[in-house]
Amino acid sequence: MIEIQDIHKSFGDNHVLKGIDAIFEPGRVSLIIGGSGSGKSTLLKCIVGLHQPEQGKVYFDRQEFTQMDSEDRVSIRRDIGMLFQNSALFDSMTVEQNIIFGLDMFTDMSKKEKTDRANFCLERVNLKGTNKLYPAELSGGMKKRVGIARAISMSPKYLFCDEPNSGLDPATSILIDELIQELTEEYQCTTIVVTHDMNSVMGIGEYILFLHKGEKFWEGSNEEMLQADVAELNNFVFASPLMKAARNTIK
Amino acid sequence: MIFHHFGAYILLLRKVFKKPEKWKIYVKEIFHEMNEIGVGSLGLILIISTFIGAVMTLQIAFQLVSDLIPTAVIGQINRDSNILELGPTISALVLMGKVGSAISSQIGSMRVTEQIDALEIMGINAAGYLILPKIIAGVVMMPVLVVIAIFCAITGGLIGGTLSGAVAPTDYIQGIQGGFNGFTVAVALVKAFIYGFIITSVPAYKGFYVRGGALEVGQAGTRAVVIGCIAILACDYIITALML
Repeated sequence: MIEIQDIHKSFGDNHVLKGIDAIFEPGRVSLIIGGSGSGKSTLLKCIVGLHQPEQGKVYFDRQEFTQMDSEDRVSIRRDIGMLFQNSALFDSMTVEQNIIFGLDMFTDMSKKEKTDRANFCLERVNLKGTNKLYPAELSGGMKKRVGIARAISMSPKYLFCDEPNSGLDPATSILIDELIQELTEEYQCTTIVVTHDMNSVMGIGEYILFLHKGEKFWEGSNEEMLQADVAELNNFVFASPLMKAARNTIK
Repeated sequence: MIFHHFGAYILLLRKVFKKPEKWKIYVKEIFHEMNEIGVGSLGLILIISTFIGAVMTLQIAFQLVSDLIPTAVIGQINRDSNILELGPTISALVLMGKVGSAISSQIGSMRVTEQIDALEIMGINAAGYLILPKIIAGVVMMPVLVVIAIFCAITGGLIGGTLSGAVAPTDYIQGIQGGFNGFTVAVALVKAFIYGFIITSVPAYKGFYVRGGALEVGQAGTRAVVIGCIAILACDYIITALML
């Protein structure tokens, strides 16, 4: 479980996050949604420790993460898997090397065990046989899936995804969403996804945290979201003609 | 501003010299970087040093117009100039352009594509993993390259002097053997060691803290080379003043 309390973050005079509280339960996919510039990615980076919030606390299974020194953070970070917006695969390494990098660094597994693990992870994301390819040889969707394979290689307790569907076609987006949901159930990990893709929200949004101008405006499930009477949320959710049509159908 | 950057550079070095997560991985990286920095720069160093040696011989011969000075002095001046100054410093300035810009671009593009964030998230000391092998490779390979550069420059002087007729080979060889002070080589090696550190750590710093996109990565590379060259020349003066 991840708990955040009263998170504040500023960049110069720009107060990006204004006191965000939330609890992200294990075994379910939690989504952070909001318009561009609402502070979603900043919140995610504050949670994983890439940004240090000025105020507030982040707890990973009741261990306070924000005040830990870098040595103590390492033990928690080894339980974290993260999928970045542009995949952030290491260019100079093959797909297999990308996946086993964490195992190389932190375990004493034999070469065969590591290769088996890489094959298992690749099979899990439907990319069997791509071990020797370099990131430059992969499509956008394949890069995302390798990113997921790398994230799960260390069997994470916490999975973070920063806009996993950006730049992908709808079919691949759905595939990635389903994969994230399956892995969350399989590993019973605490999964937090930052997105503004309404297909993802409707598909996998078991818990949704809506941010607007750096503030928490609403939280609940995707079904509750459709009934919510919050103007800012409705403006965001029903901005597209497709969602407007869906709302009219529901009504 | 300059103090801010100097402070940030020192703090980065503190992170770089933290205990590695796994030495085996770092050693592999060190050998890889030694190949990139050392072997990869060998051709350039060979060509530049040979020509510098040849040109130096011709220019010294041009300036020594007195019949009272033996031509063997040409070899002696060429040797000492190359050992003390041209070998280490010109090699360092050239490598700052080649190796320095490559390091800055590599680390800078890893920063803007979130690869450094990915390392941090995995619990890896990104500064240590990316920069320490480069610094070790730099301080190990730079003295080797400088010794090769000095040898090539002296040989280049012999070839250039002979081909142009500026100095007879026997006179030149007699010159490079006469009045040799071994301490000059020690000065050259100290310079090479310090330059190796600057060539790798300054661009790594500029790349590691780059913000923005491709444009900023390019600008960081340019700044790294300019700052690195100035640092090399400043250290050149300090080491010379302290050791000679």
